[in-house]
Amino acid sequence: MIMKDMILDKIKNVPPSGIRKYFDLINEMKDVISLGIGEPDFVTPWNVREAGIYSLEKGHTCYSSNAGFIELREEISNYLYRKFSLDYSPVDEILVTVGGSEGIDAALRALVGPGDEVIIPEPSFVAYQGCTGFTGATPVSIALKQENDFKLTAEELEAAITDKTKVVIIPFPNNPTGAIMTKEELYELVKVLKDKNIVVISDEIYCELTYEGQHTSIASFPEMKEKTVVINGFSKSYAMTGWRLGYACGHKDLINEMKKIHQYAIMCAPTIAQDAALEALRNSDEDVKMMAMEYNRRRRVTLDGFRKAGFSCFEPKGAFYVFPSIKKSGLSSDEFCERLLIEQKVLVVPGTAFGECGEGYVRACYASSMEKINEAMRRIKIFSDSL
Amino acid sequence: MEEILGILEKNSKATAEQIAIMIAKPIEEVEAAIKKYEEDNVIVGYNTLINWDKTEKEKVTALIEVKVTPQRGLGFDKIADRIYRYPEVTACYLMSGGFDLTVIIEGKTMKEVALFVSDKLAPLESVQSTSTHFVLKKYKDKGTIFEEKQVDRREQIFI
Repeated sequence: MIMKDMILDKIKNVPPSGIRKYFDLINEMKDVISLGIGEPDFVTPWNVREAGIYSLEKGHTCYSSNAGFIELREEISNYLYRKFSLDYSPVDEILVTVGGSEGIDAALRALVGPGDEVIIPEPSFVAYQGCTGFTGATPVSIALKQENDFKLTAEELEAAITDKTKVVIIPFPNNPTGAIMTKEELYELVKVLKDKNIVVISDEIYCELTYEGQHTSIASFPEMKEKTVVINGFSKSYAMTGWRLGYACGHKDLINEMKKIHQYAIMCAPTIAQDAALEALRNSDEDVKMMAMEYNRRRRVTLDGFRKAGFSCFEPKGAFYVFPSIKKSGLSSDEFCERLLIEQKVLVVPGTAFGECGEGYVRACYASSMEKINEAMRRIKIFSDSL
Repeated sequence: MEEILGILEKNSKATAEQIAIMIAKPIEEVEAAIKKYEEDNVIVGYNTLINWDKTEKEKVTALIEVKVTPQRGLGFDKIADRIYRYPEVTACYLMSGGFDLTVIIEGKTMKEVALFVSDKLAPLESVQSTSTHFVLKKYKDKGTIFEEKQVDRREQIFI
């Protein structure tokens, strides 16, 4: 038996991460400043860590219900209402998942299969393509444009919709561009979607990281609530990436089927993380604010650094990434990143890792100490001057 | 402009130019604000946090609880003033509770600190009693944990 032949084509066809080679290079180098990792550099706030420790002390080591502790779902429900005017019943409209990623996967598995189309605005988080590929459905990319500040426009959306479209992914605040969508801009999309049989997967994992106005969820429009599944989690807002905890909210019929997938594949999210998340939702608003304020300062420094190095860069208003154009260097994204890494020991990620339309751009994550950012920007300026 | 104070409190090395970028304000405004804070004694100084335990230098710190008799019309301020002017005193606080003043003293040796208390502090007329506690180890000071170097534990993962 040849094992390779046993594996499904739809799995093999999903490409592995495009930036593996940089990580391999980094392991052999010293003094590299990595602006490549897309996760907070903050440690989870102490009160949240302490709640995790206390959970262990109490011996809270059993499964929770499949959907997650009801207290946690209640607190998630309160939080979403308090922050974004979203109204979900903790009883049957919220599913606690292993990170936001599991929610994306379960939603796609519940909704699409061969013959269906999933619209994915790009550049964006790689898992949308991957998880769509695993279902056998066809991903349909929309290339977002810098001149639109990488926002999704109604015209672009309308043009991508066909009879086969079943799901649209709305990924804002966006990884890797840092773009956000305001309420008015989202309403333009609502007008396109409200009368269509299309489900929106709204990935709002960066909802606490907006630097101009509050985040708006597309599900907060009454005509969209039933058709939207909101994906969110604790990783980015509370610096809890390693705890692996997220949640999905939506129509009870959809959540119920997603719960079935979750039940058989995962059983339930880790209970220690659930206890810690409860504390995060109840008592960590100040920490969230503090981290967002710090990211905002770093964002300005990073943006300023790229512009001073001569790169055109739109001002990102969310998440923790800047997405400068490196077209003036005459290099491809890949060449740029490889040379920057080898010559100046700074890692940024080629835009192409987030979709073909990311060519000509790189992503720099500013979730790093100010000291490191300043040094990285100094080196990038030297690199730019040497081109 | 109060945001400037928060930034400088954490890192007194931050330059006006760096701060201006961080808070998206013109550099002239930031410079003027810092100058005004300095003039108004809102910014009273720029210190560096040093873990002396890691150096060769001999240094002991003691916390002294002092009970005093307040003076009519002047309260505790006059006697506090007498005490905090000694260069050996690095901090002095008026307290609620079982005693009146906390006095933090730094010296080269325990003997030096003990002599300061017996020769200078205790004989002061308004001082009723003192109780000296020596610091054995500093774990955390000014919000900074001394023994813990901030390390980036993030693994290379693609998100």
